Order: sequence, then structure tokens, then C-alpha cells
Amino acid sequence: MNAPLFNPSRRDVLAGALVVSFSLRAIPSLAQEQENVSKPPLPGSLKKAPMLDAWIRIDADGSVTVFTGKCEIGQGVKTALIQVAAEELELDPHAIHLVTADTARAANEGFTSGSNSMKDSASAIRNAAAQVREILIGIAAERLGVAADRLRAQSGAIIGPDNRRAAYGDLVAGNVLHVTAQPTSKLKAPDTLKIIGQSLPRIDIPGKVTGGVSYVHDLRLPGMVHARVVRPPSYDARLQSIDTSDAEKMPGVIKVVRDGSFLGILAEREFQAVTAMHALAAAAKWDIATKLPDETNISSIIESLPAEDHVIADKHAESASATRTLQAVYRRPYQMHASIGPSCAVASFDGDALTVWSHAQGMFPLRQAIAEMLRLPEEKVRCIHMEGAGCYGHNGADDAAADAALLASALPGRPVRVQWMREQEHQWEPYGPAMVSRTRASLDAGGNIVDWWYEVRSNTHSTRPPGAGQLIAARHLETPFTPGPPRPGDQPEGAGDRNAVPLYVLSNVRVVHHFVPDMPLRVSALRGLGAYHNIFAIESFMDELAAAAGADAIEFRLRHLKDKRARAVITAAAERFGWSSWQAAKGKGRGFAFACYKNLAAFCAVAVEVNIEHESGHVRLGRAIAAVDSGQAVNPDGIANQIQGGIVQSASWTLYESVHFEPRRILSQDWSTYPILRFGTVPESVDVYVIDAPGEPFLGTGEAAQGPTAAAIANAVANATGVRIRDLPLNSARVKAAIGV
Amino acid sequence: MAFSLLLIVVLGATALFFATHLSIPEDRSQRVFAPDLVRRGGELAALGYCASCHTAENGKPFAGGRPLATPFGTLFGTNITPDPKTGIGLYSQAAFARTMRDGIDRAGRDLYPVFPYNHFTRLTDEDLSALYAFLMTRAAVPAQNPANHLTFPYNVRPLLAGWKLLYLDKNPVPRDQTRSAEWNRGRYLVEALSHCGACHTPRDRLGAEIASQHFDSGEAEDWWAPPLNHKFPSPVSWSEESLFNYLRSWDVGHGGAVGPMAPVVAALATVPEQDVRAIAAYVGATLAKPGESEKRVDEKQPQAAEAHPQGAELYAGICATCHETGGHVPFTVTSLGQHTSIYAPDPRNVIHVVLEGVRPPEGTVGAVMPAFADTLSDAQIADIAAYLRARFSRGGEWQNIEAEIARLRRSTSP
Amino acid sequence: MITLNVNGRSRDVDDAPNTPLLYVLRGTLELNGAKFGCGLGQCGACTVVIDGKPVFSCLTPISILQGRKITTLEGLGSEDAPSPLQRAFIEEQAAQCGYCIPGMIMRAHALLTANQSPTDAEIREHMNANLCRCGTHMRILAAINRAAGGMHAAGARAPAKAEEEE
Ligand code: FES
Ligand code: FES
Repeated sequence: MNAPLFNPSRRDVLAGALVVSFSLRAIPSLAQEQENVSKPPLPGSLKKAPMLDAWIRIDADGSVTVFTGKCEIGQGVKTALIQVAAEELELDPHAIHLVTADTARAANEGFTSGSNSMKDSASAIRNAAAQVREILIGIAAERLGVAADRLRAQSGAIIGPDNRRAAYGDLVAGNVLHVTAQPTSKLKAPDTLKIIGQSLPRIDIPGKVTGGVSYVHDLRLPGMVHARVVRPPSYDARLQSIDTSDAEKMPGVIKVVRDGSFLGILAEREFQAVTAMHALAAAAKWDIATKLPDETNISSIIESLPAEDHVIADKHAESASATRTLQAVYRRPYQMHASIGPSCAVASFDGDALTVWSHAQGMFPLRQAIAEMLRLPEEKVRCIHMEGAGCYGHNGADDAAADAALLASALPGRPVRVQWMREQEHQWEPYGPAMVSRTRASLDAGGNIVDWWYEVRSNTHSTRPPGAGQLIAARHLETPFTPGPPRPGDQPEGAGDRNAVPLYVLSNVRVVHHFVPDMPLRVSALRGLGAYHNIFAIESFMDELAAAAGADAIEFRLRHLKDKRARAVITAAAERFGWSSWQAAKGKGRGFAFACYKNLAAFCAVAVEVNIEHESGHVRLGRAIAAVDSGQAVNPDGIANQIQGGIVQSASWTLYESVHFEPRRILSQDWSTYPILRFGTVPESVDVYVIDAPGEPFLGTGEAAQGPTAAAIANAVANATGVRIRDLPLNSARVKAAIGV
Repeated sequence: MAFSLLLIVVLGATALFFATHLSIPEDRSQRVFAPDLVRRGGELAALGYCASCHTAENGKPFAGGRPLATPFGTLFGTNITPDPKTGIGLYSQAAFARTMRDGIDRAGRDLYPVFPYNHFTRLTDEDLSALYAFLMTRAAVPAQNPANHLTFPYNVRPLLAGWKLLYLDKNPVPRDQTRSAEWNRGRYLVEALSHCGACHTPRDRLGAEIASQHFDSGEAEDWWAPPLNHKFPSPVSWSEESLFNYLRSWDVGHGGAVGPMAPVVAALATVPEQDVRAIAAYVGATLAKPGESEKRVDEKQPQAAEAHPQGAELYAGICATCHETGGHVPFTVTSLGQHTSIYAPDPRNVIHVVLEGVRPPEGTVGAVMPAFADTLSDAQIADIAAYLRARFSRGGEWQNIEAEIARLRRSTSP
Repeated sequence: MITLNVNGRSRDVDDAPNTPLLYVLRGTLELNGAKFGCGLGQCGACTVVIDGKPVFSCLTPISILQGRKITTLEGLGSEDAPSPLQRAFIEEQAAQCGYCIPGMIMRAHALLTANQSPTDAEIREHMNANLCRCGTHMRILAAINRAAGGMHAAGARAPAKAEEEE
């Protein structure tokens, strides 16, 4: 996300390479070769932390601890990482203790984002585990005087032919694991895997369904106090004056903290803090400066803002002559993460060092930002990840951590717990940016695409830390920090331009990313980044082209695809859905869409059925079927869970969601002003087919369903009504307006 | 009682004389309509809220089946989709016009005035044909609806002929040259199509709107329908603008529609703005109290808290969470005192909202209030209602609140 | 002092009478099950069961709870001995972040206590008051269906168990 600023020449080369090779998965390795030509790269995050004992520790008592710099954010990564380690270490998964992101203990793996945890952390842990196993076998060979190839690892011990055994704990004397990882490891052969590929039940679920301490929200430390912040009524409003005396006199109140426009209150009990917060809010006088744009024509405003243009694909070849050309404009509004649990953090300052418990996605960048904000040396700040409610990207978590840090430093010696109110989460979280794309393509007489032109316009998709200026509280201080310059993100992963380059075989293609630095509303990473919009646009347009070519939507896609795995998920989803035998009926529609997330992660195809009530325009979801290829599937049920969730969440974005605002403030402040999908209208069924790819690299899955689902629904609505709607969301009013009386 | 018996006898006699109507032949012709006519018909159907009575809970639009409770028994909204067997598919335009204007269906049966033909009878020919065009182009839904349960003598249809003799005024809505075109337009829509009087005007023993008490308040599905004239009891005065906002979505001074009025506002949100402005102009004028400017809610909080300590505490612990935030929670007004229901002669509307809560249609922006039926006892809800009444209204205390709560719990719980 | 009957035990709490039950459960009684989601009665993350009915604890002041039976997630079962409904959620792996799940389980518990064999439509209707942002809905429905099935199988045991909890 915080990659170096874009370099056009390289991006063009890569884009070219992509189109020729029909797949971007070639590119990371290609990119690495450019970086370290000499020796082959270490797998995954071993590149960042090459010492084996940064990942795996074995104590004399034989207990095994695995460390990851990634966080559990409801995606089930803990369970998957334990499976990977247990497999190569030949251990029972329950024998492994996993430590997640903690600046004092785990490797710096940056952010848990972009569906990269399996690619980065699982690859590192699997290779480290295999190398640790081989090291232990080597030591045992000497100990037992037996050739290494006659020894095997089994449930915590190395076992020889004569069944003599040496327990792991006895083999690790000294720093035997404090060695640098090798580029290649002796990984277990796909056909010998026992734990990888099993749907091991998630280790975190039993606690969550019985009331265990599962979230930072549940953390209770001795002497802990409760805090609430009072936010300005709008982004740039400044605190003009406030009389805090009444609030300070309220029961349980310990103190009011004010620094510039940052306002917080500390109390013994949580509801006392809430009550005092309301009193404080009522007493505050603000200068309201914010001037938000007009929501109704936000997309033309986005199009009118100055932009940096990045050509990310530009390739031209001989091709048949065009017989007809189609063009279209697709729009997506601001949409929010809207976590079900408002952001929360606990911080404790002993007068010298600060500890912060947070559900943010990057503990190291958060530490950097908080240290800068408090003007503390980084080593005086420790950030420990604890779970929160699902975040789906950069929500209020980092900001709540900053609030807790500021308030804790105002009350040394007592841990401070801050939780945001619902209104604060809705109004202050950074939204997924509104986007616009314009596309044009031509067909030849045979109905094949001969040229493809696509331009997408977007804000940045990351305003994450590091940089104190990225934290709301830091911007409100008497001496405020200012955010760093927004970044466009970098191909091949891309941000606003993520998945802007189709995976289809196109002889002439030009794709331009118009990066818009000015941000009318606060924005950042929302699950899938630009891929949600770009796939919605590209896969909708593919259906429009198929219709123009008089071709079936599936056949038309396959006609333009070479990638075997892409074709496989498309065929699988179509078959499971019963695409060819599907019966049309009035008000009923079917839709299909496909994407390879980031053109280098999981392949996902989605088919949906909708029923549209003509009088109201309300879209009701019927069956949804998905096929997904995530490479070597570590936990198939975990993959299915992510895709199912992604489909339902994306359906909610696509049918209902857009952030509402007026010049002075954000209007979407709660669930009444930002409605989402409820049980009453979730699909009849959502079935996910996981296609295993033994021996293939792990491919990120968490965000793979967002784009295809949006396009599949839009295509189904078009199929049901005969009208193409290119603006999201596809809410009743918009659909009714489109189909008319 | 004696009077109504006598009436019935008189009606009976006249009925025998008038009550035979010919059936109008089936129309099986292929119908084609100009798209603009259908579109306009759709707008008129929304302005007439046809769907609200002719659509069952979670049922297919216009397929009927919605129970409509009246003092004379329960009737069911009929199927007005063009299904030939169970709907109006065989209605010629003439049959449709007779139904709307004379309350006589195609077969020649007299219809009950719960179907407000006493208003529709004044619709122009153009508007009638637009409505016909719209309904005949809906999807035909085969749906047989339950038979009405009416008590004697009301189940004797021919008596309705006599009823019509007494009550059916077929004169067109008059024009008032001294008023603006918009006002006159509004008057036509309200009186001929939107039939506001059907709920907002009191009805006599035989279920007819009492013309002399036009808009003096009435009943809708066991909710109180407030007056739409100077008798409006709330101190918070209406302007054309605030009424327009209210009818279109939500007004910062009055809040939003709930109960049977909610679908009305949902429908008005879909029609051309000038139609709603016209309605606001006409009703706004009748609502305006002579010589009154913007009035404030006057609170009697200390007295109310003293009189109803329980209610005050419950209010502070529950209601205030959203309703004492000075309107900061979306769709809450600065004070509950701005809600008309608190000034009603009876507590039904307050009870309905507390028991059932408020929820907008799926996926749409709108007020959400949880239902408290499972949280609060009848006594507790009664305490809250009594407190709100005492705190804001100058009207007298509400009587037997608890009994009303028990009754509404029974009638609303499935 | 207010005395609350929580999960069959009576607990004295010294919180102000207008304090919503949610804060008393999480703070004074240190029970993690009920979660803060909105504090407005809009999401159901705070759902607990009171006298057999699902209730938003964020809008229920303790002053009205004297003598009423409060059941929280912790009252159903424990990690070592989960209730049939909790077990069904584990077996269906019905959670992503899991933050909404305690509220879901409590609302479903109230339904299954009153109606051992709800139809899928009845379950969807009943659960409509609770929000999930991760899109775990299909698995939540599956878990409730599974538990309902289990409760049939378990015959009369299920309601009996439910009663002793209430
Ligand atoms: S937290 Fe109680 S309903 Fe949302
Ligand atoms: S599982 Fe995350 S909100 Fe429901």
C-alpha cells in the first residue's frame, strides 16, 4: 500500500508483459529479479525477517511458538497459519501457540491487507517450519549417529529406524534456530500433506460464541478507566470555546482532556464516560469550516478535479477491423466499512513507555505514527494487536488507538479504554472512494473484441499510517500534524487502478489511471480497493459487448480467455449454477462475472439469480454460486467462509449503499441513514466451490468476491429488466426509474 | 340506535327499488395504451395510494388481500390486477368508470364505501382513463382473496344503494377563483384522488364522512388520524413548506410519518414534486391557524416529573438516549413535544409506536426505532405515555392507558 | 443497589439506575457476551434474553429489571460445555469476525425456546432485527436450523433446558 511513487516507464513495461503473458502472476517474480538479481529471493515475508527464530521458537520443554506479523481480522488467518506450521513441523495443530502482530515480539510484516497474509506470512512460516524441521533432523542425526535420510519428524520428536527418538525440546539447546533462512526449503510433497487442505475448525470461534475475551473491546486491565472523545461536527471544524466545568463535576468523571480541537473525557465507568461525553458535546462551540461537495453530482466533481495520469497498459497489434463500437460510463459512490463494532483501543502509559492494544491492521506503522504524534522514540511505544469487529480495510481502528494514546498519556499509571460511538464511526472512518470509469471497445464482424479502452478516475485508496498526520486526533491538536501526500498505489497490485487491466486476451488495449489527489471526503482502503469498481465496470461491459455480439455471456468470456485456471473457475461456476439449462421468467434474471483478484491472487467466478419486483424496483437475490481457486487451499472451509461473506457484503454495497452528505456534514451517521442488507433479503442460498491447486502458491482470497459479485448482480438486473444500470447502488428507486412504469 | 334502525328500514325500502344494476359485458379485447397515459396513471395511482389497501402484507402489488377493519366488520382489499378470474382483467373502461364513480362493480354489485368512491366519483375522465391504463398494464396476479366478514344488516349489499342515495355527492370538485391554481389543483387531488378525508374526517353511524366536520380528525387502522384544519391540536404550527417536507419524506420541525401514514408518504415520494406541492398548498391552508406564527413547544417538565416519577425515570433511561440529544440522532426532532401524537385525544398512536417501533422499507434511508413490546410492561409504557402527555400537552390526562395498551398488544401481536 | 437476576444468579450492582444493562453486564459484571454496536437499538449486537424475549440491552436501564430473568451468552454454555445452539454455531463455523454472533445467538435462543421448529422464513423474519457486517448470514441461518433440528432430535429436552436457563 505504501509502495514507492509510481514510475511510468516500469508500469508500462509490466502492463505490456501482462497482456502478452495473459497473466500478471508472472510479474512479482519479474519485479523481484529487478530488485535482487544476485541470489534467488526468500519466500514471502522471510525477505523482511530472514532469521528462522523470528518465526518459530521451540523451548526446552518442547513447547512450540509460531510468530506472525499479520493480524486476525475475522478472516481465520490464525488457524490457517497454525495448519501450515503444524504440517511442516509434523505437529498436532493444538500443540502450537501462535503469536500475532506485536511490535515487541513479531516480525514487521507491514499491514494485514490486500489478501496478502497467506502469500506473505504463510509462505514464510511454511518455509521456516520446513527448514527448522530439517535442522532438527540434522542435529538428531549427529546425536543418534544415524544418517539424516533415515530419520523422520513425528509429533514433536525426531524418530530413527530403531524407534529411538529425540524430542524437539532436547535438540534446540543453544541458538540453533537463530540462523538465516535459505531461499529454498524441503517442503512436504503435495500428496503427503495431512493438515494443509483440511477444514480445521477455527481456533477463535469457540471463545467468540461463549463470551471469552476475544476482542480488544473485552480487554480489562487493573485500574483501567473508560474514555470517550468528542469529535467536531465536521472534518475541519475547530473548537472555538468550551466550558468543561459541568462535565467535570459529573459522577465518575476523572478529567477532561483538551488539546486544540481534540476533546476527550475520562471516567471510572463506561456509561459515566458516555454521559459526560454528551454533556461535553453540548457545551462545545465549533467553527464549522467544512464545505463538502454536492452529493448529487459527486461524480462530475471528481471528474473535474485535477488528476495525474498513469498509463498502466498500452499495447497495440494488428487485428481484424472493427464493425461496431460500444462505450459506457460506470460510477460508484462513497461507501463505508461500517464495522458492526465501533473502533476501540486500550492504552497504558507508565510515564516513560506507552503500550497500545489495537485492532488496526498494521502494528508497526501504527507505532511509528503514535510515536511521532506523542514525540516519543519508537522504542518507547509498543503496539499489540487484538481483534476487533471486522474492519474490511482501514476504518477507525488507528484513529481510536491514537485517541487512547493521547488520553493515556494524560493519565499516567492507569490504562485507558476508548470506544467510539456509532455516530463517530460512521462519520469519521475513511470511506471507500467514489469512482468513475469511462470505457470503449470495438467488436469485429465475428463478435470478437478488437480494441479496448478504459479510463478510471479515483482518489487514493490508502491514507493509512505511518505518519502522525494520518491520525484524526493528531490533526486536531493545538499544533496539528498534516497528512502526507496521497499516493496512487503501484501496479501490478494497483489501488484505484486495481484490476483495471482485464485478464482477457486483447490485441489492442489502453488503460489509464487518472489519479485524483484532492479528497473531498476522507477516504482510504475498503476491501478490494478499486477492484470492486473496476471489476463491476469491466464485467458489466463484457456483458454489454456479449449482448452486442449476440453471444452467451459465459461463452463470450471464454472466447477471450487463455488462462487455464481462469477458464476453470468460470466453467465450474456456470455448471454448478446450471447456466445452460436456466429458465427465464418475467422479473427473473441471471448474471455472471469473473476476476482474478489483482490479476495475481485468487480466481473467483460468481453467478447469481435475482427477482425484481416491477412496481417497486426492489431487487431480491435468489441463488448465488461461486467457484474459487486460491492456489494450494490450506483451509477450504475458511476460503468458502470468506467468499460467502464477501458475496453477501458486496451484495449489500451493490444494492443499497452510498454515503450521504451535505455541504456542512456527513449525513450517514447510523444504520438508519446508512442502511445495509438484513436477514429479510439475503440470498436464498450462497454456495461456494473451492478448486484446490495442490503445489501451487497460496493466493489471497479475502477480497476476491467483492468485484465479481457486484458485476454479477448488475448483469442479472440487466438480464431481468432489459435495462443496463451503470451507477451504483442498484437501489429500488434507481431500478424503478430505469424500468419505468 | 332507534334512529339507525329506522334508517335501515328506509334504506331497505329504497334499496329494493334501486339495487338492481346490470352487469357490464366482459371485455376480452387486446388493450393498448399510450406510454404517457400509463405513466401518468402510475403517478395518479401513487397519489391515490391504491397499493396500500389493495396489497397484502408482503403480498404482490395490487393483488389485494389486506384486511381492513371497520366498525361494521372486516373487509379485504380486492385484487385490482388485470387477472381475468380473480382481478379486474375483464373490466372495460366503462365498467372501471362505473366502479370508481358509482361504487358498482362489473357484475353489478354495490361496493362498500371503505372503497372511497365517494372521492373517486369526482375524478376527471382523463384521470380515470389514465388509472385504467395503468392498472390494466400491471402484471396479472391470480389471487382469490378472503370473503368479507360483515355483521347484519351491513352484509346486505343492496342496502348500499340507499346509502349512496343519502351520501354519494357526484358533483365535481368546485374551483375557487379567489385561490391560486396550485391550491385548486391541490383541492382536486386531495378531494377526488388522495381521499385524505377517508381517514382524517369523522364518519357517522353508517360509515359516511360527515361533510360538516371535514378534516376534523378520524381513524385509520386503529390509529388516530389528526385534524387537517385549525383543530390541529399540536402547538407546533405547519407551513406549506414543512407540510411539503413531511409529505415527501421528513420534516425537521415535525418528524416523519408513522403507522398508516407511512405508506402514503412513501408513495408521495415517487410522484412529481408539483403534485405534492399542490396538496401542501391546499391542506397547508386549511391547517393554518388564523393569525398564528411559528409556536414553540412549551414544556412543563418539573410538574410532569412530579406527577409521573416512574414515567420520568423511564423516559430518562430509555427515550432520552435518542430523543434528548437535541435532534442529533438522525430522524429525531429536537423534542418529542413536536410529535402530534402527544396532543391526540387518546394515547393509541404513542402506544403503537412504542410497542411496534418504526422501520423503513428494506434498504432505504429512514427512521429506525426499536419495538419495546418485549422490553416494557403495559404499566411502564403507560407511565411513559402519561409523562409525555403531562410534560408537553395542555390537554387533559389520557384515560385507561393501560387497558388500551393491553388491547393494542392483542390486536397487533400476530 | 439494584439486584439483578443474571443467568440464574442474583447480582447486586451499584450502577446508577438509568445505566443501560449493556454497560452493567460488560463493566460491573465483567461479562463479554453482549457487545456495544450502536447504542440506538438498531443493530442487535447487545441482544440478551429477558423473561424469554430478545431485548436490546443498550436501551434497557437496569431500573426496570428488578426481579426479571436476564440470560446472556454466558448463561447458555461455556467453551468447555457449549449449549446446543452454541455448538451449532461452532459446527457450522458460523462466524467471521464474530462480533455480531453473541447477539445473534441470544435472539435465536429466544426463538427456539418459544418455537422448537421454526421454518426458514420464520427464522429470517425473526433475525431481521440483528445486523451482521461480515455477511455471515447464511451460516448463521444454517446454525439456527441445525440447532432447531438438534432440538427436535433432543425431543422435550430442549425446552426443559431453556426453562431452567430463564
Ligand atoms: S448496540 Fe444495542 S442495538 Fe445496537
Ligand atoms: S461475523 Fe462479523 S459482523 Fe457478523
